[in-house]
Amino acid sequence: MADPTPPVIVEAEAPAATETTVRTLGRDAWHDLIRKPTFIVSGVLFVIFVTIAIVPGLFTSLSPTDCSLSLSRQGPSSAAWFGYDNNGCDVYTHTIYGARASIMVGVLTAVGVLLIGGIAGTVAGFYGRSTDTVVSRLGDIFFGIPLLLGALIVLVSFPGNAETPELVTISKVVLALAVLGWPQIMRITRSSVLQVRSADYVQAARALGAGGTRMILKHVVPNSIAPVIVVATIGIGGYIAAEATLSFLGVGLQPPVVSWGLAISRAQDYVRTSPHMLLFPASALSLCVLAFIMLGDAIRDALDPKLR
Amino acid sequence: MGRYVARRLLQMIPVVIGTTFIIYALVWALPGDPFAGRCGARPCPAAYVADMTAKYNLDDPLPLAYIQYLGNLLRGDFGETFQGLSVGEELLRAYPTTVKLALVAIAFEIIIGIGAGILAGLRRGSFIDNLVLVSTLVVVSIPVFVIGSVLQLFLGMRWGIFPATVGGDASLYNLILPGFVLASLSLAYVARLTRTSLAENRRADYVRTAVAKGLPQRRVIGIHTMRNSLIPVVTFIGADFGALLGGAIVTEGIFNVPGVGNLIFRSITTRDGVMVTGAVTVLVLVFLLVNLLVDLIYGWLDPRISHG
Repeated sequence: MADPTPPVIVEAEAPAATETTVRTLGRDAWHDLIRKPTFIVSGVLFVIFVTIAIVPGLFTSLSPTDCSLSLSRQGPSSAAWFGYDNNGCDVYTHTIYGARASIMVGVLTAVGVLLIGGIAGTVAGFYGRSTDTVVSRLGDIFFGIPLLLGALIVLVSFPGNAETPELVTISKVVLALAVLGWPQIMRITRSSVLQVRSADYVQAARALGAGGTRMILKHVVPNSIAPVIVVATIGIGGYIAAEATLSFLGVGLQPPVVSWGLAISRAQDYVRTSPHMLLFPASALSLCVLAFIMLGDAIRDALDPKLR
Repeated sequence: MGRYVARRLLQMIPVVIGTTFIIYALVWALPGDPFAGRCGARPCPAAYVADMTAKYNLDDPLPLAYIQYLGNLLRGDFGETFQGLSVGEELLRAYPTTVKLALVAIAFEIIIGIGAGILAGLRRGSFIDNLVLVSTLVVVSIPVFVIGSVLQLFLGMRWGIFPATVGGDASLYNLILPGFVLASLSLAYVARLTRTSLAENRRADYVRTAVAKGLPQRRVIGIHTMRNSLIPVVTFIGADFGALLGGAIVTEGIFNVPGVGNLIFRSITTRDGVMVTGAVTVLVLVFLLVNLLVDLIYGWLDPRISHG
C-alpha cells in the first residue's frame, strides 16, 4: 500500500509542467488504444498485410509467374499448402502477391477521397452560403449514383488490355472509386468544420486579422480532421472490397496484375471441382478488410470522447 | 407536412437531373465508337450508322442530346435499345423479380437481424452479445461476392439444400439463398443497430417508470422499450429497401437472377447506352422516393420529429 503512493503524488504535483506528463488528445487515445485487444489484433494484422504488400518476396520464394500447366488445379498438398490454380500457378504465392494491388487500391482511394472530399467539405463548411449550397448539391448528385454501378460504367468506358501498364490499371480503378466516393467524406468534413467554425479560437484568429487560408490550415483543419481520418480508415476496407468486386466482375484490375479479386473471379469457373482456388484468396481478402474495419473502429472508440 | 413533401420533391429535381446527366455523359460522350462490334466482325453499314446517329441524336452536342433524351423521358418514352427492344418493357419485365428478391432480403434482415439484435441488447456482455458482435463484424468484412460464391458452393452445389441458380423460374423458394446473401451485410448492421438502440433505451426514464409501476417484464420490454428502440432500425431497413430496389449486380449475377441488376450489368458490358441510362434513371428515382417515404414514416413513428 505504501509503495505505489509516492509516484502517484509526484504525477499529481507536476501537471503540465513537464512535456512528458501532458496528455494531449493523441496521447490519450494512444493510452486507450494499447489496452484494447481489438486494436492489438487488428494492428498486428495491419502490420503483417502491409509488410506482405511491400516485400512479398519475404514470404515466398516463388514468383507469381512460376507456373506449370502440368500442375493445373491440383489441390493443397505438402508441397503447395494452398494448391495450384487453373494455370498451374501456386495459389499461396498468388495470394501473397495479390496483397499489394488490393491494399494499394484501398489506401490510394482513401487518400484520393480524403483529398477531394476533405477540401470540398472544408470549403463548404467554412465559407457557407452559396459555396456550401453548390458543393452540397454536387455531393448529393454524386451520392445518388451507386458506387459499384458508377465505377462499372466508368471502367467499361475506359477499357484496358494486357499491355496496359500495371500502374495505369490500378490508378483507373482508384480514380473511378474516388470520383464516386468523395461525397461521404465531404459530408463528414463539412459537419465537423461547421462545429469548429464558430469556436472561440477561430473567432480570435479572425479578430487578429488572419486570412481565410491561414484560419483553415492552422485552426480549422487540425481541429476537425479526427472524425474524417477515422471514417477514411474504415473506408479502406470497403474500397479493397469494392476493388475485388470490380475485378470479380471483370472490369477492375486486368490479368497481368495479381490481385485477390482476379483470383476469386478465375476460381468462379472451377468452384465445383477446385474450391481451394476460391477459399484461400477469399479468406485473405476478408481478413484484410476485417483488419482495416477493426482498426478504424478501435481508433474511433479511442478518439471519440463521448463514448468514454 | 404537404409543404415539406413539396419542398423535398423540388429538391429532388436537380439531383435527378445531375445524376442522369453524369450517367448520360459517361455512356455517350466517352471515347470509343458506340457502333464498335455492333454488326459482328465487319464495320456497320453506313446506312445503319446514319440511322442510329439520327435516332439517338449522336451528332448533336452532348447537352442538347441530353435535353432531347430528358424530354422523351418526361413523356414516358425510355427509348429503344440497339437491338430495337423497348427499354420500358425490358425494365417492366425485370422489375418484379428484383422487388421479390428485395422483399426476401428484407424479411431476412427483419427476422435474423432484429432477432439477433434483441437477444444481444437484452443481455449486454453475455455470451450471446459477444457472439453477435463478433459474427456481425466477420460478416461485414466478407465481400458479398465471396459470401455468395461460398454459400452457392456449399449450400447449393455440395449439399444441394437450396437451388444453386435461379434462372427463368424466380419462385420464392429459389430466391431464398440469393435473398440471404443480398441481406447479409445489412443484416449485420441491423443487428448492431438494434442492439445499441435497445441497450440505450433500457436505461431511459420511461422504462424505469414502467418498471416502477409494476408492469410485468414482458410488457416493459415488448411494448415500452421495443417500440421506441425499433424506430432507427425501421428507417435503416426502409433506406436499405430503396437501395435494394436498384437491383443487385453482384448477387443477381452469381445466382443468375433475371432482375434489374442483371439487366444493367449486361447492358453496361455490351455498352447499350439507352438501356443503362434508362435503368439508372429509374433506380435513382426509386431510391430518392423511398428515402422520402422513409423520412415521412420516421416523423409518423416518432412525433418528436416534425416536418413542419
